[in-house]
Amino acid sequence: MDWSALNLSLKLAACTVLILLPIGIWAGHALAAYHFRGKAWVEALLALPLVLPPTVLGYYLLVMMGGASPIGQFYESVFGRPLVFSFEGLLLASVIFNIPFAIQPMQRGFEAIAPEVRDAAACCGLSRWRTLWRIELPLAWPGILSAVVLTFAHTLGEFGVVLMVGGSIPGETKTIAIAIYDRVQAFDTAGAGLMSAVLLLISLLAISAAYFTTSRTRSRRHG
Amino acid sequence: MADQGIHVRLQQSGPIPLDAELSCPPGEVLALVGPSGSGKTTILRAIAGLLRVRHGAIQCSGDCWFDGDAHVWVETRKRRVGYVFQNYALFPHLSALHNVMEAMLELPVAERERRARDVLARVRLAGLEHRVPAALSGGQQQRVAVARALAREPQVLLLDEPFSAVDRATRQRLYLELAELRRELAMPIILVTHDLDEALMLADRMCVLHQGRTLQSGDPYAVMTQPQTVEVAQLVGLRNVFRAGVLAHDAGRNVTTIEWRKHRLEARLQPDFKVGQQVNWAIPQGHIVLHRRDRPSRGEHENPVSGPVLEYLPLGENVALTVAVNGPDRPPLFLTIPAHAARRNGIVQGVVVGVSLLAEGIHLMPADESRTPAKPA
Repeated sequence: MDWSALNLSLKLAACTVLILLPIGIWAGHALAAYHFRGKAWVEALLALPLVLPPTVLGYYLLVMMGGASPIGQFYESVFGRPLVFSFEGLLLASVIFNIPFAIQPMQRGFEAIAPEVRDAAACCGLSRWRTLWRIELPLAWPGILSAVVLTFAHTLGEFGVVLMVGGSIPGETKTIAIAIYDRVQAFDTAGAGLMSAVLLLISLLAISAAYFTTSRTRSRRHG
Repeated sequence: MADQGIHVRLQQSGPIPLDAELSCPPGEVLALVGPSGSGKTTILRAIAGLLRVRHGAIQCSGDCWFDGDAHVWVETRKRRVGYVFQNYALFPHLSALHNVMEAMLELPVAERERRARDVLARVRLAGLEHRVPAALSGGQQQRVAVARALAREPQVLLLDEPFSAVDRATRQRLYLELAELRRELAMPIILVTHDLDEALMLADRMCVLHQGRTLQSGDPYAVMTQPQTVEVAQLVGLRNVFRAGVLAHDAGRNVTTIEWRKHRLEARLQPDFKVGQQVNWAIPQGHIVLHRRDRPSRGEHENPVSGPVLEYLPLGENVALTVAVNGPDRPPLFLTIPAHAARRNGIVQGVVVGVSLLAEGIHLMPADESRTPAKPA
């Protein structure tokens, strides 16, 4: 059992969720509440990571963050080390490939709120912040929770992008999915099996918790 | 005073065409009536600031909420409106109490709860404060919506078909409650409805809308029995609209005589129409009296006409009849009589019946070529 890989994966998943939570709420809310020109294009762009092969996405991210790119050069000039093959680089890639998993469920969550409920909040004199905090977030909660769980579980399991961008540096970029692959390569099926089981268990727990919470919220709301 | 109450003028050519003007003084109920898509809800939304209209102005209790020319626009949350939405739009995750408290954010928290309980008690919801909307009946939800709208102490109360989502028995009860409640309210109340009876029961004034235009405003009974145009007559459900020529005015007898299909009909005096002029005339069904077939009475001298019954349609306690006057190919007279009266008089399809068209109910309107029934009278 590669504890450092599991630890790294959990840390990566938690950080990805923390970064994507506010971004997803903002973007999901905006996409649900407003109509603007080119909205379909924005939605298509945000969904792109869903359909791109992970290696293709990983390749572009590698190029984008590499020492020859402006982003890579900027990072290196500020922090004195390259962005690729680092935890930060991995986190950036993880955030990008999880965008659709975070934004789409939240968008659906906000879209499920009847427009009159927002109108009623305005008629009650609620500020935009108060409306978001007291009305929209609680009502979109099942969508937000789904987004968190999906992002978390998806980050734990991602392989292609992680391998392309992070390599397999123990303690830095070697996640549990890569560790499992390594074990299989080394004919250590017992180790691979144990880690796979742990990953399965964590994913199952997360997704069950999400279903349990949302169904409880729904039954409370619908009497 | 001119600056009291609410004054609304809205104009735009699209996307939803509007040409509406209405006013409602404090303490009065103004009913906006019209068919679906006539712009009733659009006007309500514009008053609340949920929809921006190109031109016009909205003044409420002296405050200017909107002035298209002066580019004044007050956003919804700054207008003090109480809005009861068609499906109530309650916050589904909050209890009745918290739904109401959300509309009282200007008050300190402790005060808020006390006042919210008061308002809920006023709409007879004491004891149900902690229920979420899904655990309340339709009528109770409507009361929470009314309580929430009143909680803001609004300058205007907007009711968008507030009775459409409840069953009939509940609706009857809610009518009485609203009629009672409104006596205590000092703000203008605008009620959107497509139900004319509702307007007649609850409103002090009625405004008829069609395709975004306000066509006629006034006392609900007057609008329904004395429409200014054929268009309004049709919108308020007057089915007996015909063409005629004006024959004479007799101010002494308070009578205007018209000629309709060779009949000389006496109407109440309406001297604005010239002798010889072609007009449309309408009569509410309540002013058509069926003659008893077995025992003729004195009332039969008043504008008697007769003809065979073309259609006989039982509608529960009543029967709807159409009577052909001067030929079956001309637009018939419509009348509704109690089923027992139909039975007692032996009325069936094909029987010739006599009716009196009561003079006070005959109402003249300018001739409307586009809307007159196809066959000339």
